[in-house]
Amino acid sequence: MASVPATELRDPGRLRASRRRWLGTQPIGSLFSLPYLVFVLVIFAYPLGFAVYIAFHDYFFTAPGVEVAKPFVGLDNFVTVLTDERVLESFRNTGVFLLINVPLTVVLSMVLATALDSGVRWASAYRIAFYVPYLTASVSLVGVWMLLFSSGGLINSVLGPLAPSPSWLISSSLAMPTIALYVTWKQLGFYILLYLAALQNVPRELHESAMTDGANGWQRFRAVTVPGVRSATTLVLILAIITGANLFTEPYLLTNGGGPDGASSTPVLLIYQQGIQQQNPDTAAAIGMLLVIVVGLLSLTANRLTKES
Amino acid sequence: MRRTRFTWLRYVVLTAAALVFAFPFYFMLVGAFQENPTNTPDSLVPTSGWTTGNFTNIDSRIDLVGSLLNSLVFTAGVLLGTVVFGLLAGYAIARLDFRGRGATWVLMLLVQMVPFQLLMIPLYVQITRGYGLGDTYLGMILPFAINTTAVFIFSQFFRALPKEMFEAARIDGAGELRLLVSIAVPLVRPALVTVVLVTFIGPWNEFLWPFLITKDATMQPLAVSLANYISNVAQSTANPNGAILAGATTLAFPVVILFCLFQRYFTASDLGAAVKG
Repeated sequence: MASVPATELRDPGRLRASRRRWLGTQPIGSLFSLPYLVFVLVIFAYPLGFAVYIAFHDYFFTAPGVEVAKPFVGLDNFVTVLTDERVLESFRNTGVFLLINVPLTVVLSMVLATALDSGVRWASAYRIAFYVPYLTASVSLVGVWMLLFSSGGLINSVLGPLAPSPSWLISSSLAMPTIALYVTWKQLGFYILLYLAALQNVPRELHESAMTDGANGWQRFRAVTVPGVRSATTLVLILAIITGANLFTEPYLLTNGGGPDGASSTPVLLIYQQGIQQQNPDTAAAIGMLLVIVVGLLSLTANRLTKES
Repeated sequence: MRRTRFTWLRYVVLTAAALVFAFPFYFMLVGAFQENPTNTPDSLVPTSGWTTGNFTNIDSRIDLVGSLLNSLVFTAGVLLGTVVFGLLAGYAIARLDFRGRGATWVLMLLVQMVPFQLLMIPLYVQITRGYGLGDTYLGMILPFAINTTAVFIFSQFFRALPKEMFEAARIDGAGELRLLVSIAVPLVRPALVTVVLVTFIGPWNEFLWPFLITKDATMQPLAVSLANYISNVAQSTANPNGAILAGATTLAFPVVILFCLFQRYFTASDLGAAVKG
């Protein structure tokens, strides 16, 4: 304030104008958004920088108050992680998961949303049924699926002689596909909702003119609906990829910690095991960064593939 | 004629899908009250063997009521932080002209893109070792304290209110806080319900974070203690299936009931804003 020229002091109107230019008409807005900004700094910005720091240093936990040098080690942690067969296996498992989960999710949610669109009776009852698994805690539903898919469970007793052996969750070739099936089932309602919103924006006239041209239901679905909801498809693809890369609860509980013998382990499960159980936060942070890079690349690819040509 | 055949097919597809979605819930609810939950299709509609023993069984191992209370405190803390600070931030971004408004908006978009798995290790170090908040409610709540999606929803609703109303109130000498509390908030009540519902399911269902920072069983929310029961205790129990289903029912049904009561507030347009990264 000391540097304000004397002329401005004599002219309160101009002072106010220049203050307004700097702080805005309602500077109290800064105060209103301050708690949120502090929250973002403490919970997002600082840990994000810290994650990068940990990944590039030989970081380990020490007793409180003890200062020990944690030297910069360049890409060492990344080399350790990328030559670890368990880490590579977890990324391959995620690949298997995505190959099953993503196509199923896109096709089923698009078909069910189309079936639910425009004047179905009991629409809200159907919507509740589809949406409830998405809202329910995964821990609850995993408990139910575990019993349904156990060796002597309901699914196997319905299948009778067709039941796989070893059973779903303890077979190294079926564990990951069963998790993929479970996650598809749990998340589908949310994607149906996204497609329902997108379908509102597909012009009715397109369907009508396709009908006058003699197109049947399937032809209209392919020529009008699918291209009409293209932007929703991009969103669904990206969200399904992110969800798939984030798996933790399902392999932790459903297959008892990524079993059998790592066949359903996931990167986030390894982050937990290495970072917290085995106290190697540096390699865990490196896995986290690799995962984010892989997810980013996959999402970009999905975005590119669904762009209008 | 083609139209009726298509309609018929549509109902078959929808009903089949709805059964697949609803069946595990039926199985969970019925099994929770059965002495011996069935594993065969011919006894899916039991007529006898009803019991509430499964709830007492699981309660003797994980303190069902204590865990439920922990879940409630965790959820209430997140709701309080989100509603109070989310309303303030959402209002500021939507209706106030101040320095840093654009930057706050950009930050909100960036936050949606930061994945939790990258933050998991540093947050764990920061909160348990840096702040010493392991095994506390505050440590549980902190990473979820202000739901960014809620700030988005609030700001969209505030933005839709007529500009003249705010100008008139300001001319009458109302302060911004007063304007927010007694004029703007009552007008966005539907947004408030949506935000409470969307925010509620986050901490109530959350497993990974409270699992990381609570070692003390008396501090664990239900999702964590039920998971412990499933992965550790169940193996050493004679007949754990009924108890697992009883625990699952206790965790699932508060949300299911809330959703059924308020399902008209869950519309596609609200959730379009609720897309989380």
